[in-house]
Amino acid sequence: MTEWLAFVAFIAGALFILISAIGLLRLPDLFMRMHASTKTTSMGFTLILIGVIVAFPTTGTVLKSLLIIIFIYLTTPLGTHMVGKSGHLLGIKQWRHAVRDDMKKKTTPKQ
Amino acid sequence: MILLGAEIALYILIASMLLILVRLFIGPSLPDRIVALDLLAFNSLGITLLVIILTGKTAYLDIVIVISLVVFIATVAISKYLTKGGTYD
Repeated sequence: MTEWLAFVAFIAGALFILISAIGLLRLPDLFMRMHASTKTTSMGFTLILIGVIVAFPTTGTVLKSLLIIIFIYLTTPLGTHMVGKSGHLLGIKQWRHAVRDDMKKKTTPKQ
Repeated sequence: MILLGAEIALYILIASMLLILVRLFIGPSLPDRIVALDLLAFNSLGITLLVIILTGKTAYLDIVIVISLVVFIATVAISKYLTKGGTYD
């Protein structure tokens, strides 16, 4: 039973990472590419860690894996936010069919 | 069954690393390359986890902890460097 659980966790995590790589290659915009790249860290990597927990259910392994999961969920929004903000500040254009840009008011100087 | 799943996942991760390398080479701007490098680091962390499964050495989990710390610091530092430390305020 646990073997099948670990098998499904590994395959699902690897498929999530493959989907995010395809999205990183195919999407037309920096911000859309960032949207694709979060699938690796949030779903794929976490599923592989859950597979490691299922495969080696000792105390040290479980504690370290839960520590990694908590740390990743705390820090990757910060890193992605910094990359997006710096990209917008550098003047990277959105996709031509993009509807709105809420950060535009903050970058243009006030009259 | 666990070893078979780890091997299949290893091949899928290598294929996705190749796709990310293409984006790293053709990325039109620098933040694209930062995102690609971030993904590449997390893919290598996933490969490290699968190596833990294949070899049975659970001491390699410390590598994953340290590299996930370093990747976060590197992403924030490079994106602060690109804007020369400036913010919107």
